Amino acid sequence: MARIVAGIGSSHVPAIGAAIDNDKTHEPYWQRVFSGFEKSQAWMRETKPDVAIVVYNDHASAFSVDLIPTFALGCAAEFPPADEGWGPRPVPVVKGHPALASHIAQSVILDEFDLTICNKMEVDHGMTVPMNLLFGKVDKNAHWPCPVIPLAVNVVMYPPPTGHRCYMLGKAIRKAVETYPDDLKVVIFGTGGLSHQISGPRAGLINSKWDKAFLDNLSKAPQKLAKIPHIDYMREAGAEGIEMVMWLIMRGALDDKVDEVYRFYAVPASNTAVGHIILENHRRGAKAGAARKTSAAKRKPAAGKHKRAAARAKGHRIRG
Amino acid sequence: MARGRHDYDDIPGTFVFDADRSRQGYGINMFCMSLMREENRKAFKANEAEYLKKFALTPEQTAAILKRDYNRMLELGGNIYFTAKLGATDGHSFQHLAAVMTGSSQEDYAKMMLAGGRSIEGNRSRSGKAAPKHAAGAAGGKRRAGAKPKAKAKSKSAKRK
Repeated sequence: MARIVAGIGSSHVPAIGAAIDNDKTHEPYWQRVFSGFEKSQAWMRETKPDVAIVVYNDHASAFSVDLIPTFALGCAAEFPPADEGWGPRPVPVVKGHPALASHIAQSVILDEFDLTICNKMEVDHGMTVPMNLLFGKVDKNAHWPCPVIPLAVNVVMYPPPTGHRCYMLGKAIRKAVETYPDDLKVVIFGTGGLSHQISGPRAGLINSKWDKAFLDNLSKAPQKLAKIPHIDYMREAGAEGIEMVMWLIMRGALDDKVDEVYRFYAVPASNTAVGHIILENHRRGAKAGAARKTSAAKRKPAAGKHKRAAARAKGHRIRG
Repeated sequence: MARGRHDYDDIPGTFVFDADRSRQGYGINMFCMSLMREENRKAFKANEAEYLKKFALTPEQTAAILKRDYNRMLELGGNIYFTAKLGATDGHSFQHLAAVMTGSSQEDYAKMMLAGGRSIEGNRSRSGKAAPKHAAGAAGGKRRAGAKPKAKAKSKSAKRK
């Protein structure tokens, strides 16, 4: 049986992709952001998922205003990077997992989530930036470490699906994954956010207090987040901050109680607050669990009270 | 056609791209989408007014595009992810567009972002009636007696602000 072992929340700011593509990650401005993902990349190498489901939104790349699907699942064998106006990002073509994707589509549609099926789709920074942040830079002629199933959510035209709908879709996806016969280790990404507004005279809005509460509740009380009305997101977290509802699909696909193994928060990357979290299901595979214990044991003596406090002050948090 | 009234009209400095604007701004957004192709960017730059005739635009929309009035484009149904393609065609970074929309210089805008961005305080509501919310999922203000202490502390700090 396939199983979801962990959920990852990550911003997908396009400027982060540009910094990676133009080798600017070591500049001080960008180090503030990229240093926050070093531990996550180590975690990902250790976790070695067989498949990743990436919940993201398209930014006028694959979908114009001709077609605006609320939930669109990529069932193709591969997804080329889109030309977003500066040529496609120099990243590998994303290989899909058509068998698991169509199994998910069939299962969740019968669970009353009326997905759009995409058998041909290009993917933009919304998907490839979080993949870079977690998998590292990958040469465009090499391969991403695992197949990926894209789930594009409309958060561009109001109204996006409600937080509750997203949360429930996550649960339906989990059920689908767990009824897939092959033994696959799956991780799910929720991307976008955190607070930001990039349009109109209020552009530049950041609300760190909101973001912190969002991350806290994502970890401990996601059912509370599922009740937040759209107006609160738009008012408090910015007109474009509403894309945070996508994180609830990821969260819905996890256990009610999860281990928060990592968190990072930094302001700003370009116009946006960068948020990142890794949540693990308790029932992780024995091998991965053991590996985690070892690394946690290694961390612990060094990560004393003061070091942890310092890490928190820098926006990092490690729970091991 | 007049726009209906919405709760989000109370958010200052914001044009929500809703289903009405999506319909109204179809021409603006499809024009912007066309700029993803190099030959179209060239044709547009060669004769902007002529190129715009290919799209279903009102005179106001055409004027806003020609004047690069980004806020007006949003008001008339443009969406930022689309209008950003026009900015890119002009060779501008996104932060330049953001600065233009906020009426500040790019330098000042970048400084504001580095200092933590635009504060939510004072930018929450036109009417001033909206109470702060902190992603707690509760209906704000009123908390039940049984609420956890942590939640209470949060609502207190919200009132102080």
